[in-house]
Formats: sequence, C-alpha cells, structure tokens
Amino acid sequence: MTSWPLLSIVIWLPIAGAVAVLALGSERAALGKQVALAVSVLTFVLSVPLYTGFDTTIAGLQFIERVPWIERFQAYYYLGVDGISLPLVLLTTFLTPIVVIAGWQVIKLRPAQYFASFLLLEGLMIGVFAAADALLFYIFWEAMLVPMFIIIGIWGGPRRVYATVKFFLYTFLGSVFMLVALIYMYLEAGTYEIAAFHMLPLGMTAQTLIFIAFLLAFAVKVPMVPVHTWLPDAHVEAPTGGSVILAAILLKMGGYGFVRFSLPIAPDASQSLAWLMIGLSLVAVVYISLVALVQRDMKKLIAYSSIAHMGFVTLGFFVIFGIVARSQATDGALLALQGGMVQMISHGLVSGALFLCVGVLYDRLHSREIAAYGGVVNTMPKFAAFAVLFAFANVGLPGTSGFVGEFFVILASFQADFWIAFLAATILVLGAAYTLWLVKRVIFGDVANDGVASLQDIGGREFFMLAVLAVGVLLLGVWPAPLTDVMSPTLGALLDHVLQSKL
Amino acid sequence: MDLTAAAPEVFLALAICGLLLVDVFLRDDQRRVTYYLSIVALIGAAATSAYYMPETSIVAFDGSFVADPAGTVLKMVAYLTVAVVFLYSRDYLEASGLMKGEFFLLSLFGLLGIMVLVSAHNLLTLYLGLELLALSQYALVAFNRESRISAESAMKYFVLGAIASGTLLYGISLLYGLTGTLELPALAAQFTAPGGVGVATLLALAFVLVGVAFKFGAVPFHMWLPDVYHGAPTPVTLYLGSVSKVAAFALAWRILVEALGPLHDSWRDMLIVLCVLSLAIGNVVAIVQPNLKRMLAYSTISHVGFIFMGFIAGTEEGVEAAMYYTVVYVLMAAAAFGMIILLSRKGFEAENLDDFKGLNARSPWFALVMLMIMFSMAGVPPFVGFYAKLVVLGAVLDVGLTWLAAVGVLFAVVGAFYYIRVVWYMYFAEATDTAPLFPGGDMKLVLSANALALLVLGVFPGGLLDLCARVL
Repeated sequence: MTSWPLLSIVIWLPIAGAVAVLALGSERAALGKQVALAVSVLTFVLSVPLYTGFDTTIAGLQFIERVPWIERFQAYYYLGVDGISLPLVLLTTFLTPIVVIAGWQVIKLRPAQYFASFLLLEGLMIGVFAAADALLFYIFWEAMLVPMFIIIGIWGGPRRVYATVKFFLYTFLGSVFMLVALIYMYLEAGTYEIAAFHMLPLGMTAQTLIFIAFLLAFAVKVPMVPVHTWLPDAHVEAPTGGSVILAAILLKMGGYGFVRFSLPIAPDASQSLAWLMIGLSLVAVVYISLVALVQRDMKKLIAYSSIAHMGFVTLGFFVIFGIVARSQATDGALLALQGGMVQMISHGLVSGALFLCVGVLYDRLHSREIAAYGGVVNTMPKFAAFAVLFAFANVGLPGTSGFVGEFFVILASFQADFWIAFLAATILVLGAAYTLWLVKRVIFGDVANDGVASLQDIGGREFFMLAVLAVGVLLLGVWPAPLTDVMSPTLGALLDHVLQSKL
Repeated sequence: MDLTAAAPEVFLALAICGLLLVDVFLRDDQRRVTYYLSIVALIGAAATSAYYMPETSIVAFDGSFVADPAGTVLKMVAYLTVAVVFLYSRDYLEASGLMKGEFFLLSLFGLLGIMVLVSAHNLLTLYLGLELLALSQYALVAFNRESRISAESAMKYFVLGAIASGTLLYGISLLYGLTGTLELPALAAQFTAPGGVGVATLLALAFVLVGVAFKFGAVPFHMWLPDVYHGAPTPVTLYLGSVSKVAAFALAWRILVEALGPLHDSWRDMLIVLCVLSLAIGNVVAIVQPNLKRMLAYSTISHVGFIFMGFIAGTEEGVEAAMYYTVVYVLMAAAAFGMIILLSRKGFEAENLDDFKGLNARSPWFALVMLMIMFSMAGVPPFVGFYAKLVVLGAVLDVGLTWLAAVGVLFAVVGAFYYIRVVWYMYFAEATDTAPLFPGGDMKLVLSANALALLVLGVFPGGLLDLCARVL
C-alpha cells in the first residue's frame, strides 16, 4: 500500500480538471479539450496502482482514508475500495478518456462545458463507488444528476429536454426515499458508516421498508421493469458520450447499490422479497428482449438490450437465496454473485462500445434509424469488424466478456430452479436474434443508399477508442481471472453476511 | 438603567434617527450617501452585537427583553442579509428612479423590528417588534408610488396583515386572561403544571397559531404572499423573501417553543396540517407559475412546510433544524431574488421565466450561479439546501413521524421540477433577450459570493450546523 491518498486523488483530480476546463471557457476550448484528455488519462494512470496494490486476499476495504467531516452527524470523509467497488472504479477511469476522445471533433456547441461536465461526472461517479460513509455516498450519488442533466439537455437529440427532465425526476424520486432510509438507519446506529449499517440489527418490518426504499432508488438506476421507461428516452436523446456513461457506469450504480446496501443491510427482507426481484429480472430478460427486437432506432435497441442484460445482474444477486435453500452449499450462490458482478463490468464495456459504434455512424449520416443504413461493411470494413465483434460480445459468444457473466448466472440458477435458468437462458436466443438482426440490417447486405455509399471508414481516433474496448472485451472473455480474483474474497464475505439472519 | 442588553437595538435606533436627519438635507443625486451610511449603520450594529455578545441569556427591562446567543446569531444573519439587500438593490433603484431615502430607512426600521422581535421575552415586546416590522413592510411594498400593482398589493398586504395581527393579539390576550402573565418562561411554567388543556387554552393557541402561520405564509393563510411578492418592487420582494423569514422563525420559536412549548402535543397536529398543506399547495401551484417572482413565492410556501417540520418534531434538534433551515433559506432566497435584479434594467423587469432563457449563452457564469441556487433550493447535494432538508427530515424521523418525512420528500421531488425548469430554460433554450447584464461589479461580486457560499456551506456544512446547535 502506498501512503498517497490515491482515492481522493482520482476523485478530486477530475473535478479540479472540470473547474479548469470551465474556467478556460469556450474561447480556449481547444486547450480545454487537451486539458480534459490529459486529466482523464492521468486519472486512469493514477487508478492503476489501485489495482496493482490491491491485496486480493482481504475481503474488507483497502486504501482507506478517513477524516472527520461533519462531526454533528458522526459523518466521515471515509473512502475505501473492496472487491466490489474496485472494478467499477477502474471501469469509470478507463471509460472516461474514451468518452473524451469520442467527443473530440464532434462537439461544436459549448465544448468547454461538455468536457467539464464529463470530468465532473467522472469524479462524482468514482466518489459513489469509493464512499464508505452513507452520507458521503448520497452526496456523490445525487450530485451526479446535475452534470448528467446538463449533458443530455444541451447536447442531446431533438427531444432532449423531455428526456433529461424525465431522467432527473425519475432518479430523484427514487433516491429521496433512500435518503429517508439512510436517515432512519443513522438514527438507529448513531453513525453514517455503511459498515455499521451492515451490522445494524433490524426487525422484519424495518428491513422490508428499508429494502423497498432502496429498491426504489436502485431499481430506477438499474433500471428494472417497470421503472425502466426513462432509459430508452435518455439514451436516444443523449449525446454519444452521455449514452456511453449512462449505459456503462450509471446503470451499474443500481447494481452496486443492491450489493452494497440492500443485501447486507436487509438480508431477511431480501430473502423474502427475492421472488419479486427474480420475477422482475426475468421480465426484464424476456419481455424487454422482445421489445428490443422490434425497435427501429439503433440506440433504442441497444438501450433495451441494456435493460435486459442488467436483468441478469439483479437475477444473479437475488437468486442466491434459492440456490442456498436448494443445495445447502454456498458455491453456487457465490458463482451467481460473481456472475452478476462480471456481467456488470462486461456490460459496461460492451454497451459502451456499441453506443460508440452507433455514434460513429450517427456522426456521419445523422440518423439512428436502422432503415437508413445497410451494407456499411462495403464502405467501412474496419468499423464493421469492430461492430460485429461487439455484437457478438453482446450476444454472449464464448471468448468474449459477455459470455462469462451470463454463463455464471445461468449455471448458478440451475441450482435454484430449472425454470429460472430456462427463462434466463432465453436471452441467449433472443439476444442473438435482435443483435444479429441489427448487424445484418445495418452492416451486411448491399449498399442501401447514397448516404451509405459515401461513408468514410473510421479514422485513427475512432479506431483507437474501439480497439481499446475490443481488447478489454476479449481479454475478460478469455481470461476473467484478474477480475474474479479481486472480487472473490469480498463476495464470499458478503455472502456469509447475507446468509446470516438479522432477526 | 443598564442598556447593554439592548445595545445593538439602541445603536440602530439612534443611527436611523441620524440617517433620517441627514437624508432630509440630501439632494436626489446624493442619495448614495444614505446608502453608504445605511451600510455603515449595519456594520456598526453588527459590531455592537459582536461586542456585547452574551454568553448566556441575559434578561433585562423587568423581564420583557432577553439577549441570548441564539438571538444574536439571528440578528447577525439579519444584518448581513439587509446589507446584501441594499447592495443588490442600489443599481436597480437608481436605474428605475426609485433611489429614495425611504427604502433604506424603512428597511432599517423593519430590521429594528426584527431585532426587538428576536429578543422578546414578553408577548407584548414580541408584538411590538412584529408590528414595527409589518408597518415598515406595508410601506415598503407601496413605496413605488407610480405603480398601481404595488399599491394594490400593499393594500392587500395591509388589510390581511392587520387581520392576522389582530388574531395574534387576540390570542395573546386570551393567554393573558388564562394565566395572568405575558412573560415567556412564566407562560411555559403555567402550562407545565399538571391538569388537562382546557378549551380556552386551545382557542388561544389556535388564534396565536393563525397569526404565526400568516406571518410565515403557510397554507391556508398564504393568499397574500404571491400577490405581494409579485406586486412589490423587486428589491422589496428581496427584503420580504429573505430578511423577514428570520422574523418569522423568531416569532414561531419564541411563542411556540419558549412560551407554549409544554403545549407541544396540542399545537403539533395543527402544525402538521399547515405543514402538509404548505408542502402540497406550494409545490404544486409553483409549477404553473410563468412569473418567477410568483414561482419563488410559492416555493417559499413549500419551504415553510419544511421549516415547520422542525417545530413539529418539537425536540431540541428539531428547533435547531428549523433555525438552520431558515438561515439557509434566507441565503438562497437572497441570491435568487438577486438574480432577478441582475437581469432587470431600466423599464424592464426580468421576472418571467422566459427572461432566463438562454442565459448560458449570455453569461455562462451567472447561468451557473442560478443553477447552483436552483439546485440548492431543490435540495440536491452538494449544495447547502440539501442539508437543510436532511436535518429537518432527521428531526421528524427521530420522533417517529416517518410518514411525514415521506410526504416531505415526495413533494420535494414535485418541487424539483420547477427548479430544474429554470435550469432548462437557461441552458437548453434559445435566448429571447440578448441585452448585456447591466449592474455594477460589486453586485456581481457579492451575488457570486452568495451563490458560492451555497456550495461551500454544502461541502463543509459542519460549522453552520454546529453554530445553530450551540446557540439554541
């Protein structure tokens, strides 16, 4: 362990960078862009020691920073990462430079504010994952809405105002009830420390109410059916970078919330309501996949695909109770949790990459309609290769990261109930259907129109960002051990904790 | 007779008298002298308060007056806010031909009323301070003689305000009849005595509460508030919306907590009704207001609902929370009305939401300032408005009123809509008004500092929270 406050640095460096970019203003936007890129790359470089210095044998928090912050509330500026949050922090620092690169030439309107918003967002997102104090967590969680609101609203599509207001109100509505639950637990525990919340003895009624309050907050973020309707709107209207961040990281906060708060704080309520969570997850997987099948808008299709894939995450997290009840062993349950986590990381990379691909096409023809394309492979062969690779990863083809998480979850689900696993496995069929059909209509076939005929293949900038993601997707696909090793001790400890009744 | 307990009040009263004399001899183009002297008077009053800062409660003048730490803090907030009001208003008043000594003098008289009210230890002193403030405000609202709408709203304010004062006074007289005393602790002692709460006591309580609710503008006694905010000249709206909230808090604190605290069980349910109605009506009606001053008026009503939550809890933490909320609200309201003044100019009031369209293109910095104000009012962290909501919610949850907290956050979400609509107009809409912002550098500087304070107090909320906890 180093003595540097690494977590603070990776949180505040981007925020300071955002202020700097904003101060440079739109007149010196070219410089601002370079500052933004430099800061985001530097943040990524600085986050690497978090991984290399991480002790994969410990379940608890590492890189702890803890100073008193609001003494009246016993609230601490308390940061730390464990096996659950570290991969998500790294995902954030990894994707932000790519997002900055993606907006490099495309953003003409108020570029300084654009890049500043993303840097700000990066710092706040890392803060969400690194906060070990519930109040600090909530501050980061809510503060994130501000830059995201601006990003969708200024640089989004034609219906951006509708989409961003809907996004804001949905997420705000979800999180205020979480705030009430957090205050309640603070009054019980006398501190905002999340670890103390985990140990808090709570009756069944309290647990159920707390679980529901958290469910509102996290289900909106994941998003789960039936509160998912903001997502397609927000995705379609957001600029490419916004969609990438939304799909790759913001949605993960919902899943992160379930493992960080819902499961350990309200284990008995989680167990008794697991049927609801599994049911909603399966609805997401089956029904939303069918919805994705009929979309005409590429971004909307990928947005629905995101909801379906996130259904796998929540399925993995809540199927554990069924597995333990059936098999009396925790191996399968651990596999399910791991599957959910790997799925989050993998989906972050894959969906981000897919949105970037759509962005590449959109920048050229300014249309997201599937019907406006056809035969892109003829004019953009390099791009087509990447797009097909990411499509396969989305389908869950072995060898890509998409396979690992889905396989884990389905395998584990068999130990709970055959039909759960059966329904979950339909994603392999339905996912293949909508993804490959999309590829067929957009990429393959004859050149559909003059627009496609005039397409230029991707340049160095676009090639770089897609290639980086492709490496990540393949690497995790063939060799997920670096990821699962980091997670295993924490998830094991979590599982032990969750399986102990608080009643 | 020892006057030190009331030293700040005495100083300010003398300063106002001096100002009155000086102002008579000034020509209209020398009116800035009044402005500067007013600021000096405020600084002097603040210095006096600081010098005579009481360590504990000092009761003076036969139990009719008290100097205590909490009162001093509230007075300090009032001085600061009045100074900010003057600063924001100066350029606007000069541009619209309203630069008259009366504005400053009446505002200072109102401030004196607030100070007397804050330090009241006897219901009559309290009433005296309240009326001094109210009369100054009636006159302030009407102070633009040319404007019919100002005159109309002043008339409304005066008639309704007089009724409310009468109601309050009637309640006070009932209390006197019941207990034979007007001193706050003596009243509390009377009601602590065993024996149920009689009908007459409840009646007195209801009358007093109506008076308090009117001064706050709580639903259903809120009808005057939007009209007065809308009709008054913007600097006066700024004064009403910010400074007078300190008075409203002090009124509720002195009467409900210090005098009638033992009757908490009796007035709590009445206050809950007022609170829920204020949250609901304030937030829902604000959504349909195209006029920003009216929108902020309804937003005030909803914030009053949150301030009441602290009193409803009735605990020490609850009153602290209410005080913290009030101070934070005063800061936010001052900045919000300051933004309206900033965008206004001669012959043009930037009071409609549409006037904020495209502000990001005109001035990115002041769009950001308004963004901070709006998100703070909506209660989004890391701005200070979030902590205000956090402490009042914590207070009601602590006494087991979970449902009230749930209602509160639900309406906070409703309220978020009209705040973020302002942000959307500024950032996502095309400008309809492209004139450059007019006022001088010092106003811009103070307004920026005011908004940044919302952020800084949000990131480091400990100091102000501790202060409120320590003095109460």
